Amino acid sequence: MLYREAGQFKTSYAADQAVFPIRQDRFLIAAALLIAYVAVPLLGNEYWLLTIMIPFLVFALAALGLNLLTGYAGQVSLGTGGFMAVGAFATYKLATGFPGLNIVAVFLIAGVITALVGLLFGFPSLRIKGFYLAVATLASQFFLIWMFNKFPWFTNYSSSGVISAPQRAVLGHFYVTGAEANPVDKYLFVLSFVAVLAFAAKNLVRGRIGRSWMAIRDMDIAAEIIGIHPLKTKLLAFAVSSFYCGIAGAMWAFIYTGGVEPLAFDIDRSFQILFMIIIGGLGSILGSFLGAGFIVLLPIFLDNTPRLVGLEIPVNTVTNLQSMIFGALIVFFLIVEPRGLARLWQIGKEKLRLWPFPY
Amino acid sequence: MGTLAERRIGPPLLKAEQISLAFGGVRALSDVSLEIREHEILAIIGPNGAGKTSMLNVINGFYHPQRGTITFKGETRRRMRPHQAAETGIARTFQNVALFRGMTTLDNVMTGRLLRMRRNFLWQALHWGPALKEELEHRSFVERIIDFLEIQAIRKVPVGQLPYGLQKRVELGRALAMEPTLLLLDEPMAGMNVEEKEDMSRFILDVNDEFGTTIALIEHDMSVVMDLSDRVVVLDYGRKIADGPPDSVRRNQDVIDAYLGVSHD
Repeated sequence: MLYREAGQFKTSYAADQAVFPIRQDRFLIAAALLIAYVAVPLLGNEYWLLTIMIPFLVFALAALGLNLLTGYAGQVSLGTGGFMAVGAFATYKLATGFPGLNIVAVFLIAGVITALVGLLFGFPSLRIKGFYLAVATLASQFFLIWMFNKFPWFTNYSSSGVISAPQRAVLGHFYVTGAEANPVDKYLFVLSFVAVLAFAAKNLVRGRIGRSWMAIRDMDIAAEIIGIHPLKTKLLAFAVSSFYCGIAGAMWAFIYTGGVEPLAFDIDRSFQILFMIIIGGLGSILGSFLGAGFIVLLPIFLDNTPRLVGLEIPVNTVTNLQSMIFGALIVFFLIVEPRGLARLWQIGKEKLRLWPFPY
Repeated sequence: MGTLAERRIGPPLLKAEQISLAFGGVRALSDVSLEIREHEILAIIGPNGAGKTSMLNVINGFYHPQRGTITFKGETRRRMRPHQAAETGIARTFQNVALFRGMTTLDNVMTGRLLRMRRNFLWQALHWGPALKEELEHRSFVERIIDFLEIQAIRKVPVGQLPYGLQKRVELGRALAMEPTLLLLDEPMAGMNVEEKEDMSRFILDVNDEFGTTIALIEHDMSVVMDLSDRVVVLDYGRKIADGPPDSVRRNQDVIDAYLGVSHD
């Protein structure tokens, strides 16, 4: 079809190393950004923005964070939920403790705090690998959630243990958190954060740092003989990953739900995000988005389909059917392509380049 | 050829003195001393289990010998980590290819430049300005190595998909990208056919000749060893039994006994 790169010759290494070396890819990403920034806010209603787009973006950010750690640096983690909780509670403490602080700064500082916590829980990774490391990261999951439940200081001694987002605005009067916030402002705020952080992640993984992460992932012994310091590299991966997860947690609590208790970030959340990157594609930035889209959108799609085609099915049957179809689809996709949706997309592009010829 | 080699070869670059290494009751190396001279090609040979790979592992810091010292570039040390060895200029390849299978040939060779890339995290995240400039400088260096090893066509292929002979070549490329002063090759030609061995031999000679890299290699193919090396060290049961130019080693009675076995009648 139109996806052909014939005739696009690169005359410099810079052109060859560009983020999107193929012209069609540049068009695609520009179109995607245009739709996200212009079409969605114009056409989407409140339901679409608040219950579909914002959770999708928040999940995509968390999946991106976990993908940097697990997909690129090869360190399996089940502590994502815990790190998201750190981000959420750090944001809450910062926003209530320093009311004058800009909300963007609050999110970024909360991310840095989460990065430091992630760094701490990354230390076992020097000694343990694979499944054993996954079990060790469970410690962070359970410890952090326990800590936020146990000490009322984190919730400012609220009796219910729920933190709720105070009113905050960016650029003067665009409220992005709190009850008065406008869905479109919220959406654009989250979108901008996610777009910038996704671009930064793409840059990281295609440069020195990404290569050292992948080297540690693929063969840590060989990585060490070419001069990579294993502990530093793994800790950096934990810190960066936690930074992303922390901001995702903060946005979950402050923008998506507006109020949250520690249990929102329990082990289920960690698994959910792990599933996203497995289904989307380990070691792929695009995969994080595809996986998040799959997990967030598919249940909503399955929920609404019977009504759309005019079938009247009792609600509990729908719920059961939904779980069954959802599970079956996950198994189906993993059998068809164990390396995730991102790989399917890549294969599709390869096929398009050659179409209509088989090779 | 003798005079040419003498002109080329300089003073000792690395000295291993009385290295003893044991794993529990197994003595891998006992009291081995050897030196590697600047710009030479040294072959370490010996029957299976003689301690050849252990010796390389001691040199680049994987194993810590119970006794003995290593002096490299005039600095004596007892313990160090492999990444420190890399920082001082020791590169190596492995007997079983140890590439990063999920990465492309280009990325694999680029990892050899990691130690020389300095731009910090924030520049990396921007991938712009100094970070981009640095990246491109190293890319053009790496492209020279890719040209040298004639692997241009597989630049963007994930190394996991390459045939064995090419993987060995990419691994050599990654080691060369580090611009090492000392290159350790652990059986660079194991499992190759004649043609691939010829190519690899040519690359080893060219590396030594063009870049002046000192090379220590382990090899089982005696004709290759005799042709390539300036000097041969023979190990047997963790002991050094011979050390000298290929011709004298070939005629050494201890070496012949070690390889063929001694009759006990």
